[in-house]
Amino acid sequence: MTLTQAEKAAVVTIWAKVATQAEAIGAESLERLFFSYPSTKTYFPHFDLSQGSAHLRSHGSKVLNAIGEAVKYVDDIRGALAKLSELHAYILRVDPVNFKLLSHCILCTVASRYPNDFTPEVHAAWDKFLSNVSSVLTEKYR
Amino acid sequence: MVHWTAEEKQLITSIWAKVNVEECGAEALARLLIVYPWTQRFFSSFGNLSSPTAIIGNPKVRAHGKKVLTSFGEAIKNLDNIKATYSKLSELHCEKLHVDPENFRLLGDILIIVLAAHFTKDFSPACQAVWQKLVTVVAHALARRYH
Repeated sequence: MTLTQAEKAAVVTIWAKVATQAEAIGAESLERLFFSYPSTKTYFPHFDLSQGSAHLRSHGSKVLNAIGEAVKYVDDIRGALAKLSELHAYILRVDPVNFKLLSHCILCTVASRYPNDFTPEVHAAWDKFLSNVSSVLTEKYR
Repeated sequence: MVHWTAEEKQLITSIWAKVNVEECGAEALARLLIVYPWTQRFFSSFGNLSSPTAIIGNPKVRAHGKKVLTSFGEAIKNLDNIKATYSKLSELHCEKLHVDPENFRLLGDILIIVLAAHFTKDFSPACQAVWQKLVTVVAHALARRYH
């Protein structure tokens, strides 16, 4: 599902704001994920998952920064995330179903922090973009 | 039977009390049709759905969104008996409307995003978790009588 020019523009515009709070947004997205979908915690037995923990903030940053790379290279997400794709396929092996869950939580976090910017068009573009990112990250699984 | 703690019921009813059912329902349905355009397949009689602007302004979308969310309110009034509350609606969605239950899950998640945008900080992770449970229970109840 390729992004149209308008959708790419929508993704890039709101990213400019999101990037300024990447760590907080990343941490909150993960917090929402672990609260709503407890099964996702099984991938982080070694983490302190309490609210505001250093683990959540640092991992949240990592996740959001990777998304930032995908935004920067939105015309070649596959190329931008090639290494991460291999990491997920061969080392992390997070079940594909979880990417949808995290994407949903990222959208919730962004919607709650930027309600006026999160128009239906921006919502659609981001949902599609995160779905593309998820596809790239799982495409080497088998 | 689904078990709700007193805390969970509080989180549901306190948010619901502040929801404008007409506005929220209209927005949720519009976003469903915009974000997941294939869901428009059920609404060929609704007229112009050709763009986000058309969808948002479409009076049939607004009216139907209000209907759907009003029905959702019934679940909230009957948290301890959602299955029975939706028994007839479940049959209707299967036998007459032929709606794939996956669409109930899609709409539930969209509703949650609309609530997040509306309630911002108040829609905390703990709050979201309870509402995720609720939309899952509702979707399950609506799919229960499928055959």
